Amino acid sequence: MSQFDPAFLRGLTRPRLARSSAGGPARRDVLRLMGAAGAGLALSACGVKGQGGKEKVSQSDVEKYWAGKAKNGRLNWANWPGYMQDDRETIKAFEKETGVKVTYKEVIQEMGPWFGKIQAPLAAGQSIGFDLMVMTNGIQLEQCRQLGYLAPLDLSKLPNFQANAGPSFKNPSYDPGNAFTVPYESGVTGIAYNTKYVKEEITSIAQLFDPKYKGKVGMMGDSQELGNFGMFLLGIDPEKSTKADWEKAAAKLREQRDKGIVRKYYSQDYVDAVSKGDVWMTMAWSGDVYSLTSPDVKFVVPREGGTIWTDNLCVPKTAENPVDALTLMDWLFVPENNAPLTEFINYMPPIPATQKLIARKAEQAGGADKKDLTRLSTSPLIFPSQADLARLRHYRRLTQAEETEYQKIFEPISKGS
Amino acid sequence: MAGVRGRLAPYLMILPGGLWLAAFFLVPIVLMVSLSLQTGNLIDGFQQTLHWRNYTDGLSTYGDKFVRSLWYGLVATVACIVIAYPAAYWIAFRGGRAKSTYLFLLLLPYFVSFILRTVSWKLVLTDNGPILGPLRDHGVLPEGFHVLDTGVAVVSGLAYNFLPFMVLPIYVALERIDPRVVEAAYDLYASRAQAFLRVILPLSLPGVFAGVIMTFVPVSSDYVNAEVLGGPQNTMIGNVIQTEYFNNSAYPTASALSFALMAILLVGIFAYARTLGTQDVLEAAGR
Repeated sequence: MSQFDPAFLRGLTRPRLARSSAGGPARRDVLRLMGAAGAGLALSACGVKGQGGKEKVSQSDVEKYWAGKAKNGRLNWANWPGYMQDDRETIKAFEKETGVKVTYKEVIQEMGPWFGKIQAPLAAGQSIGFDLMVMTNGIQLEQCRQLGYLAPLDLSKLPNFQANAGPSFKNPSYDPGNAFTVPYESGVTGIAYNTKYVKEEITSIAQLFDPKYKGKVGMMGDSQELGNFGMFLLGIDPEKSTKADWEKAAAKLREQRDKGIVRKYYSQDYVDAVSKGDVWMTMAWSGDVYSLTSPDVKFVVPREGGTIWTDNLCVPKTAENPVDALTLMDWLFVPENNAPLTEFINYMPPIPATQKLIARKAEQAGGADKKDLTRLSTSPLIFPSQADLARLRHYRRLTQAEETEYQKIFEPISKGS
Repeated sequence: MAGVRGRLAPYLMILPGGLWLAAFFLVPIVLMVSLSLQTGNLIDGFQQTLHWRNYTDGLSTYGDKFVRSLWYGLVATVACIVIAYPAAYWIAFRGGRAKSTYLFLLLLPYFVSFILRTVSWKLVLTDNGPILGPLRDHGVLPEGFHVLDTGVAVVSGLAYNFLPFMVLPIYVALERIDPRVVEAAYDLYASRAQAFLRVILPLSLPGVFAGVIMTFVPVSSDYVNAEVLGGPQNTMIGNVIQTEYFNNSAYPTASALSFALMAILLVGIFAYARTLGTQDVLEAAGR
């Protein structure tokens, strides 16, 4: 005997067509309407307005930006790992002398991802949470300049920079007149090799292409680093290169990869790889080799040339404490303030006077300190000669159209295409 | 009055979920489709030009990365099944009162950051590291042998990182099996192998199905393992998409590649569901 009313059982199996049609739209239609609304959005999603053309600044632009802005006694600083003493000695000295409280964060690992992170808030005119950041010259810095993401600097408030920066570090090609940046430290991209495995002297980029080292060579994945080395190999000056030059360089680099000579394309993780012998020879940055790799690893600037790049201090347009940022920028251009930083970082300082300070300190020091400081003050990796500097080239400054072409040519190489 | 309110109830019930889907799924999808057909750049702006070449250019330059990603996804998923099923089986049927403890131990490594776990493998597998170094020094492995920067390293990393997404669904499906059903099989003279193949395996297939979906899709889209453990010949489409978005700000290209990947995966899932017969699997489980 069924415990349910027979009428109820009949209701379960018979669709209520009449009720549906009489009672308004069925559920299915509601979902269809939402889909239609979505389709409508497609028509309105017609692109983003261009924001370029802001890299030229006039004196009135500078005055307009800085008008009414005052020191707040606070500073949020974004930097790369390894670019400040572990005990933050330099920051503490700055805080003590100026009273500005600094929050320091090592949040920049690579320029591409960093730009990807800050681009949206800057485009929206919002703070990125930092008042000062360190950006390498290259594609992303140029994009920031053109998009107006950086505060135009008031050089009259940077007297130490004017007085002490070396001529090679003023008015750089990538930021004429230091409109938006002052240098923090510079470095050279050259070749690092592990003498435990490589028994000959390395002097040339051609050796990175030698089949003898098949599977033991590292290259950099960054398209501008990679492109420059391809061009150096062919005797092309990257700063004066053309699209045809890029294509020749790319073909050479693809040949190297397809012969299996390249084991991997690195960012900064080449340090571990070459120290441990995963690769025997690799593109590398001078300061990393000086201070981070194992003692077996040597660094050379190839005879064909090397890339000099500069990590620059710059102020995001939306900074909450821009005047404090300016204070720190100028403070770092006092040689006595820069020297401890260079002793730790081991990259190229923008202040030639630092060399004398470190040399004098070496004379007064004893034991291991004396040895370390003497090595530092006499190293051509930290204080290059004019002859060395003459062989170094920057990345080429690219217009937007050129950048698109450049990336299309070089970016796929490290991706295996 | 009561009738009207009653009739509106189903639509009101669907409203929150519908709005959620519209705001967080439909709108982003539509915007991405639109972006994938645009031209331009950050400096000059992006314009809608119905530029289908974003798809054809992307596929012609990086087509082999799609194939490799799907292949790695397949191999890693199969590896996960092979590892996860016995583990889940043992915990479900032999774990006794300590089942929760064993599950917890299995999941413990995954409380650490995904990226840190992957980088740790790099330390373990380095050529002169703790494992390969001694083996090569004693002549067991040839000079020049390496695991890092190979496809094996990438697939192993993928399988390792996504193993929980296979273990848990299978464990849940196995746990749900009534022991008396298995007992009945034995009573009817089934051998252990027969009982497994005809009773336990069919009843646990929904778990395998769910595990495959939850493993294959993220694995095929991954960009960390290939970046950390692979070389240039192991690049996956996820690496390319990440680079185009974050390094190049080439949003149209990245959107086109993303949407192409999504379309390929959706087609794959539908084909897989149709082939395996989701409904039949569920009916078998319910029977």
